Amino acid sequence: MKLCFSLLGLAVMAALPWVAGEYFVNLGSQVLIAVIFASSLNLLVGYAGLTSLGHASYLGLAAYFSAWLSLKFGLGHAVTAPAALLLTTLMGMVFGWIALRATGLGFLMLTLALSQIVWGLGYRWVSVTNGDNGLSGLTRPAPFGIDLDLSANFYWFALLITALCLGAITCLVNSPFGASIRGTRDQPRRMSALGYNVWAIRWFTFVIASFLGAVAGLLYVYFHKYIHPSVMAITVSAEALLCVIAGGSSTLIGPILGAVLVVMLKNYASAYVERWNMLLGFVFLFIVVFLPKGMVSFRGWGKAKQGGQS
Amino acid sequence: MQIWIIQTLNSLALGGLLFMLSSGFALIFGLMRIANLTHGSLFMLGTYVAATLVRDGHNLVVAAIVAMVLIAIVGGLIERLILRRLSGNSQGQVLATLGLSFVAADFCLMVWGGDPIPISTPAMFQTPLRFFGLTFPTYRLVVLGVAIIAALLLYLLMERTRLGAMIRAGVDDMAMARAVGIPASALFTTVFCLGAALAGLGGTLGGPIFNAYPGLDGDMLPLALIVVILGGVGSLFGTFVASFIVGFIYTFGIALVPDLAYVILFLPMVVVIAFKPQGLFGRLTT
Repeated sequence: MKLCFSLLGLAVMAALPWVAGEYFVNLGSQVLIAVIFASSLNLLVGYAGLTSLGHASYLGLAAYFSAWLSLKFGLGHAVTAPAALLLTTLMGMVFGWIALRATGLGFLMLTLALSQIVWGLGYRWVSVTNGDNGLSGLTRPAPFGIDLDLSANFYWFALLITALCLGAITCLVNSPFGASIRGTRDQPRRMSALGYNVWAIRWFTFVIASFLGAVAGLLYVYFHKYIHPSVMAITVSAEALLCVIAGGSSTLIGPILGAVLVVMLKNYASAYVERWNMLLGFVFLFIVVFLPKGMVSFRGWGKAKQGGQS
Repeated sequence: MQIWIIQTLNSLALGGLLFMLSSGFALIFGLMRIANLTHGSLFMLGTYVAATLVRDGHNLVVAAIVAMVLIAIVGGLIERLILRRLSGNSQGQVLATLGLSFVAADFCLMVWGGDPIPISTPAMFQTPLRFFGLTFPTYRLVVLGVAIIAALLLYLLMERTRLGAMIRAGVDDMAMARAVGIPASALFTTVFCLGAALAGLGGTLGGPIFNAYPGLDGDMLPLALIVVILGGVGSLFGTFVASFIVGFIYTFGIALVPDLAYVILFLPMVVVIAFKPQGLFGRLTT
């Protein structure tokens, strides 16, 4: 039943380039990237109960690795893409090891501090990152000769990757390992007493989340063909967190809804008001104070998934 | 030789400013378990308020007092109107302060514009001190002195007064403190105001060093977080020591390897976290 709905949704999404113009297709690609990014963060925030404020690091690192490898060494996308994913995941392993020395607010502060360091590095390490000018002159890959420079092709490519990522996340959270992730969120001490290695489960979740964040980062840099340090700023991490929380964390549909909402809001709002950051702040406050469980709490959506918690 | 003295004094001044910023953060975090991400914004607001007052011809001491009072009120309002509604939901509180920090940053941009506003060093501290043929920038010494006085007063407040005893009790065991009749509600607001006032003072004194510019909040907050992570929660002394460690590493890092100053900052944090997750002097696990 659920699978049918997902496939139907996918089919509807795939039809977009035939019914909508270029602008909406590009907007759709941005939404898809945000969906992957938010869903990867949701693994940590929703399922593992670890609120990370530094997820933009992985998006930015993957984008920078890919851009730097191709500009510096002239490598093709077949090499840079896996290399960027691998290097970013390795960074995720290190950062996860550091950040998971603490849980709760300590974890949040550590992830924030780490991501601010990466962000500062993006601005200051001019010889590698080109500082505030960013890295430009990048290209989109052409898998199997399909030209992704066409916006419709890129959209379908992004849709395929998004479907794969969401499928993987769904399998993961429904697997026994997914159950143990939720276990470490709800009852870490009992899980520990049952013989689970709580720390390792959390660390592994962190690494998976950073890998999926890196996937989003690759799509991001392919889409924009340009990368600037501001992509690693706290506002980007916060936007992703807003997607998760606005939609409803620890549900699969929540971050998708949230990503659609936030990207649309950002696109439309920035056409009318200048102050996106202030709006972002107020939306944050509104969601936290009035809608702490997110949009999924409006309807019965996601209830099945949340049943086992509390 | 001269360059080393200047850099050392810069480090000490930055350490002092970081102490004023981080001690408030650590106090709030220790007592209320709120990671107050508006702390950088409060610092920046302090700088902007001071910049405005100094530009209008007031002296820096007046500016400092006005900034402290104003920022304390802002802090108190944040605690009363927003964080109070979310008590018990520490994730919600952090996110609310994060949202507020965006609002505050954009508010400053709206009111004061995007160009940095310089704050002139008070005339009486402009001439550097000279000893043995070496010059010492006076204002840096003044900042260090104020930070040390603030640290002493804070120490006396915490260790020698009734309010301090209540705060210490709350930090150690809030439930027990409530049970013996400590007015937690009033205490929370007081501590939040105190922490905010310290950030405002730091912001004012930092004004002539950093100038008021958009993004100052984002530059200061991670430093404060690193100080608190390094020094540990629940220890004023830890915050004090860690402030100067970070002050030195950051200043010398920028002077010697400007590209990688941030990475150098990262190393002591990793080392401390690896061996002592609760920080150098921390008594509480975060």
